[in-house]
Amino acid sequence: MSKQINVALIGNPNTGKTSVFNALTGLNQKVGNYPGITVEKKEGVCKLPRGVKAHILDLPGTYSLNASSLDENVVIELLLNKEHKDFPDVAVIVCDVENLKRNLLLFTQIKNLEIPTILAINMSDRMEYKGISLDIPYLEEQLNTKIALISTRKNKGIDQLKTIISDYKTLSTEPCMDASDIDAAYFENLKEVFPNQQLYKLWLVITQDVNFGNLDRHTIDGVEDFKTKSKTDLKRLQQKETIKRYQFINNVLKKGQTIDLATAKDLRIKLDRILTHKVWGYVIFGLILLLIFQAIYDWTGVPMDFIDASFGSLSEWAKSVLPAGVFTDLLTEGIIPGIGGVVIFIPQIAFLFLFISVLEEIGYMSRVVFLMDRIMRRFGLSGKSVVPLISGTACAIPAVMATRNIESWKERLITILVTPFTTCAARLPVYLILIALVIPDGRILGLSYQALTLMLLYLIGFGTAVGSAWLLNKVLKIKSKSFFVVEMPNYKLPLAKNIGITVLEKTKSFVFEAGKIILAISIVLWFLASYGPGDQFNNAEEIVTKEYPTLSEEDLNDKIAEQKLEYSYIGIIGKTIEPVIKPLGYDWKIGIGLVTSFAAREVFVGTLATIYSIGSANDIEDEDKARDTIKSKMAAETHSNGTMVFTFASGISLLLFYAFAMQCMSTLAIVKRETNSWKWPMYQLAVMSAIAYIAALVAFQFLK
Amino acid sequence: MTLADLKRGEQGIIKDVSSIHIPLKLLEMGCLPGNVVELVQVAPFADPMYLNINGSHLAIRKETAVHILIEIVNE
Repeated sequence: MSKQINVALIGNPNTGKTSVFNALTGLNQKVGNYPGITVEKKEGVCKLPRGVKAHILDLPGTYSLNASSLDENVVIELLLNKEHKDFPDVAVIVCDVENLKRNLLLFTQIKNLEIPTILAINMSDRMEYKGISLDIPYLEEQLNTKIALISTRKNKGIDQLKTIISDYKTLSTEPCMDASDIDAAYFENLKEVFPNQQLYKLWLVITQDVNFGNLDRHTIDGVEDFKTKSKTDLKRLQQKETIKRYQFINNVLKKGQTIDLATAKDLRIKLDRILTHKVWGYVIFGLILLLIFQAIYDWTGVPMDFIDASFGSLSEWAKSVLPAGVFTDLLTEGIIPGIGGVVIFIPQIAFLFLFISVLEEIGYMSRVVFLMDRIMRRFGLSGKSVVPLISGTACAIPAVMATRNIESWKERLITILVTPFTTCAARLPVYLILIALVIPDGRILGLSYQALTLMLLYLIGFGTAVGSAWLLNKVLKIKSKSFFVVEMPNYKLPLAKNIGITVLEKTKSFVFEAGKIILAISIVLWFLASYGPGDQFNNAEEIVTKEYPTLSEEDLNDKIAEQKLEYSYIGIIGKTIEPVIKPLGYDWKIGIGLVTSFAAREVFVGTLATIYSIGSANDIEDEDKARDTIKSKMAAETHSNGTMVFTFASGISLLLFYAFAMQCMSTLAIVKRETNSWKWPMYQLAVMSAIAYIAALVAFQFLK
Repeated sequence: MTLADLKRGEQGIIKDVSSIHIPLKLLEMGCLPGNVVELVQVAPFADPMYLNINGSHLAIRKETAVHILIEIVNE
């Protein structure tokens, strides 16, 4: 019978842990969340030799078992809780061969927990380049473990790692060192009072201030025979422990590792002389951003036109083959245009995710943190806020979660509050279609006006984020200790497999998440738009025919469709809010789009697609197929007096509204979770909506 | 002198770390007495500082660096 064993991958950040995870599991993986918290949980299945199956858990990167963030807490909580269903039968510690010393710190701690442990030394392909050689048998003996020398880049050693995992029962659970002599009397006392508990586990519980089942800090402190220590004393002891561990590691590596500095090369330092340079560093960063925006605009036109046209024809085709009726109408006027409204943006969203994950994978993001820290601090942010602000260009939800490694609570809170101003992927559909409508074609210095407008919108988003951070920094009275450490990892060529999986996973979840909302809203919208109360709706045909007796049949049908939409339920909603949005240059149809996009921004395009499909009666008789694409429908839209709906002024006004408004329920929910109060998300919603309204109002009144 | 006085390209040996001001995390990353530290690069206004401590490449702010005592290594 095949049995499934639990394997946990543990390691410092930037050691290629995720590459090892990908190499072991391939596409047999799923990403979820730990219950109750938003830490990403990656797990997968791997087949081992002799028919053994392994459940692989990729734990968040951590430098030690002394947690300083939620992500790191996950690691300790799992390792201290034997009852947990994911409790590892074997722990694989992934290390970077270039920094074994630091990586081994975590290893020695985990060994103290007496869990079967394997040391996987990754990036072994770099050993020659770095002049490193290792005495594996010696290291295995000293560290009481089995070592797998692997290279995910060259795909080496993975099979060996799998074999060692499957033989996990032969692994030693003996610690490789004892840290309790840092204060022998204290630990002796601890052992006497709690004879049934593992000593190191007790120590972690005491110093971490987290609960582990029935054992928590306060019950330990409360036991009479036990002499507690003050916080500062405990901290001093933790420092002593760290020094002690390093002494042990240094001794082991003195014999087990030789580094020939003469042959060692360091590309990192050479590259960083330029990439983190006072002037060139910023110039290069600017150029990279420019390239990204130009690419998103210029390289995605063909697939997008294709998708747009395909959905237009799909709708037509469905209409022509399906029997006429309510269901067909719902499908061709509600669902297909609604879904098409999201699918069309897959190329651009995928490109954005691609660029962000490449920059992260290379190791460039840490350099940006370094370059921007001083500047960001003036605005009450941290250099680390740049990463959320940049990944906010994909989606605010992971971005808000990415603020967790900001050490100061004030800096972190401000980052969370301003991140939704950055232009997320959901704004992109709205921006792209409006830009295409109201910004003329043409180029300046090889850059198209449209691409530049898009870049400008990103800058506005970023600028507003930074500006409001500055204000918040002045207003918020929070005292918190600020402290900042960022690792500058070695530059790496990105692994196609890692990038591919990231882009695929993120795009998929974006499209499905958005797709679900859009599908639901499309259906509701279609019903609200296809039914209405009262005479004006139900007798629309008679009323219109009576009013315009001279019109041709086609024009008459158009008029009837419009009359029906106007007096449908959704039309009534739109008409009700029209007075509020009229000063911004919008009509009631756009108003409907605004209302629905308070659930999620990208719904706007789908909503308009649905409304305009219903609002015009032209069917297959219409020769001009292009008319059925969303953009051309919007371009043809006029006010009742015959003037265009989407002019330069109303277009800019809408662009600004979407740039500032907080229209994303998921972000509000995540902000609530991360700040642990409804106060902050509600505050965000109110302030951002107000800014959006005012900006749109001013823009329209000036430009019209 | 403290780490904040180090010039670009210079090396020093860490002598003492003010334990109240320095978070444990930094110690765990190798910022311990006896280790060699090199200033690789500084951002404008010499803050933050990009260091190579004992093979760990990391950046810290100047306000943290002033709590780390060092001695310059003369080559």
